[in-house]
Amino acid sequence: MSILVVMEQRAIQGPSAWNRMSWETLAAGQQLARELGQPVSAAVLGQGIEGLAAELADKKLEHVYAVEHDVLKNYTPDTYTAGLRQLVEHAHASIAIFPHTYQVRDFLPKLATALGRVAVSDVVAHRIEDGKLVLVRQFFQGKLNVDVRFAGDPPYFASLQAGAYRADKIEAGSAAVEKFKPQLTASRIKPLETFREAARAVDLTAAEIIVSVGRGIKEADNIPIVQKLADVLGAELAASRPICDSGWLPMERQVGSSGQTVAPKMYLAVGISGAIQHLVGMKGSKTIVAINKDANAPIFEVADYGIVGDLFQVVPALVEEIKKAKG
Amino acid sequence: MKIIVCIKQVPARDSQLRVAPSGAWIQEADLSYEINEPDAYALEEGLQLKEKHGGEVVVLCAGPERAAQTIREALAKGADRAIHIEEEMGAFDALGAARLLAGALAPEKPDLVLTGLQSDDLGYGQTGVILAELMGLPHGTIIMQVEKQNGSIRVKRELEDGWFQHVEMPLPALLTIQSGINKLRYATLMGIKKAKGKEIRRVAAADLGVAPGAACIQLSRVYAPSRSKQTQLFEGPPKEAAAKLVEKLKFEARVI
Repeated sequence: MSILVVMEQRAIQGPSAWNRMSWETLAAGQQLARELGQPVSAAVLGQGIEGLAAELADKKLEHVYAVEHDVLKNYTPDTYTAGLRQLVEHAHASIAIFPHTYQVRDFLPKLATALGRVAVSDVVAHRIEDGKLVLVRQFFQGKLNVDVRFAGDPPYFASLQAGAYRADKIEAGSAAVEKFKPQLTASRIKPLETFREAARAVDLTAAEIIVSVGRGIKEADNIPIVQKLADVLGAELAASRPICDSGWLPMERQVGSSGQTVAPKMYLAVGISGAIQHLVGMKGSKTIVAINKDANAPIFEVADYGIVGDLFQVVPALVEEIKKAKG
Repeated sequence: MKIIVCIKQVPARDSQLRVAPSGAWIQEADLSYEINEPDAYALEEGLQLKEKHGGEVVVLCAGPERAAQTIREALAKGADRAIHIEEEMGAFDALGAARLLAGALAPEKPDLVLTGLQSDDLGYGQTGVILAELMGLPHGTIIMQVEKQNGSIRVKRELEDGWFQHVEMPLPALLTIQSGINKLRYATLMGIKKAKGKEIRRVAAADLGVAPGAACIQLSRVYAPSRSKQTQLFEGPPKEAAAKLVEKLKFEARVI
């Protein structure tokens, strides 16, 4: 019985580097180990990853597994699944935890299925009840929470939402690095080049104030209503994903897991319900203001100030009041 | 190219959700339902691929009787026929649901299976990938572009932080489609009329030889999340609420 933390490294146009969400998962693994009285180990997969594995050797871990193979050089779900399946057996892992990244979403369900299990994806918290692990995840884009327990025999699998655990809680220690070479064949899937669409003309991360607009705006013709608010505040205009999907604002103005991660002095969310994918991109903002017609919208869970109401009435009123306040 | 698009019916986006007295699920009685949004994009992608390369688009949906409405809407948009696995899905976990879909899919021998990347209700983001594994198909997730080549496809996968990657894989394959990959069409009057003559084949889990089985995960309780911050809410007429908010932003948060 042991806990296995699967760290994520990737090489996008450069040397391999950690996906920093991995450190949050490592901290969570150490916490689970303390609470459940089980040892915890960590693994990293790839090719030429000795340096990364060595960075784990000064953490409080039982083993560090460097899972190396030539075909692991470029990620594919086939090779990662096969490699991890062998590692989970080798390490006698009872619980394997992962950061809930796009890459993990691509292979974790396959890995769990290959072993006849179901992974609990996108976990936001946990607690121990009667010695058993209870995981908390979200339903309906964050509108409701649900408690989940594993049933049947281990191994169990879970992925953890960005920001759910704190990377600065990692305990130092020492661990020996063990090389593990799985038996692998080349994948049917051929990963090709990675790229960005275009140089980002808009750097939202530099903005002190951001006015961000969501589905509540209803149609493209209404965008000027929030643009006015941004103008009077000297703010950058941003949006949640559906607005950019619809082409109402360019993709480069998108905040969230597939867009930019921002932490301005003030983030004003207008007509944004606050799905997880959006919250991870802005919840570090110093002051968060939400305007939404639904008092139960998850955006109010992170907001410091809020107005429950019709944005088409509230925003113009707000523009007038700000003008007055600025004299 | 024979394309099967898996779609799910979910509570409408603006639904006021209330936890059922049992605490196990939500009160369904007064909800209205619609197609899961990422699945709508998957359907559109299937229709566009058919328009470009010919073939057939089959819609596959597992859900209770009410899901027939969502299926008819997909047929009205242009899908050629549908398979409705008519079951209450509560007893099936993600693996069980994928087993049902696989049971209906396998005899169809599709060239391409499309699903949305996740559902707006449960949000596991797993059913497509599980389905690919059950069927032994290569897969790609969070797909923003699909190009058919000779016997293979080249897709654009979305990575984090604005990065993308091109990936190639042989057909048959399964893709989970990201919202925003294309522009959704509306059903035309002609489409709605035509849909009435299209085949919806109804099957039950028992016909597919799939039983819920022992679940690997148990949902014990559904509840409203607690707020991580104490939100100061301003009420009253818009002008009044706006004035109160601006005062706080100026003198308390000091951001104006």
